[in-house]
Amino acid sequence: MIDAIDYQLIAAVQAGLPIAARPYEVIGEKLAIAEQEVIERLARLKSQGLIKRWGVVVKHRALGYQANAMIVMNVPDERVGEIGALISQQPCVNLCYQRPRQGEVWPYNLYCMIHGKSREVVLEQWAELRHACQLTDYAYEVLFSRRCFKQRGAIYARNTAVREKSRAEHRQHSPVEFQSQSGFGLPVV
Amino acid sequence: MDDIDKTIINCLQQGFPICASPYRQVAEQLGITETDLLNRLQAMLADGVLSRFGPMYHAEQMGGALTLAALKVPGARFDEVAEIVNAFPEVAHNYARNHALNMWFVLATEKPEQVQNVIAEIEKKTGLIVYNMPKISEYYVGLQLEA
Repeated sequence: MIDAIDYQLIAAVQAGLPIAARPYEVIGEKLAIAEQEVIERLARLKSQGLIKRWGVVVKHRALGYQANAMIVMNVPDERVGEIGALISQQPCVNLCYQRPRQGEVWPYNLYCMIHGKSREVVLEQWAELRHACQLTDYAYEVLFSRRCFKQRGAIYARNTAVREKSRAEHRQHSPVEFQSQSGFGLPVV
Repeated sequence: MDDIDKTIINCLQQGFPICASPYRQVAEQLGITETDLLNRLQAMLADGVLSRFGPMYHAEQMGGALTLAALKVPGARFDEVAEIVNAFPEVAHNYARNHALNMWFVLATEKPEQVQNVIAEIEKKTGLIVYNMPKISEYYVGLQLEA
């Protein structure tokens, strides 16, 4: 279980860790708790799995990863687990999920993401993957992203002030603002 | 961005120590000084190469919910609908994709029951059907890019 201080801590670090020699001390000062307590609590949140990973959010376009494909497949339900496990081991695959079909509109039940430096590279990787994983019998589609309209991390712990601020910022910047950069550290869905 | 910056990104995508002087520990591992590491991280955040440096939370274990949803938006209405959808604070990101289902967005809510409410609101405001595709199984989450 997590308590009120954990929530405050989550709220304090979700915008990012301070770039300072003693970052956890900086956070502790904000919350009026000791550095050591910050460290222990974060370590526990990580071991409990609430913090999924701890790292950098890279804007993939800034690294030259211009092409982002969501590849969807219609595979037999009885094989989806096996195929998902196989696909997820391929080095080019970043994410892999089973999701529900939507009748005739959308017959696909398995999704994977491939990011590459160009569409050609992504399509080559997908062609190799299809053959390597013996998926050539199954219907698929490759959906490249054309534009990223909005990109932010999910917000899980907010107090009212933060919420008001975020809504205000939202009104200012967000609607239809075209964001040419997109990135990682997305909430994993 | 030089080779050291790239090494830093590749290293930090794998995790970050939770100890009193974490940057010093990472710097030692990379063979650079702590000051150099801090300066480079500041610069990369300022340049927009990095958008954030910190924890990624597990939405469901945090008591929240995430889902992927799609809309079939008539071409002429695309910008108008994007504006409506993006105005929801629960919309974490939103991509235009090349398909009849041409707008794909992630909803992140603090409580699971809010997902349906937000979907209903989006349907009401856009007059379009929201196709909701929550994950059933997840096979891989190691999103990592070689810098």
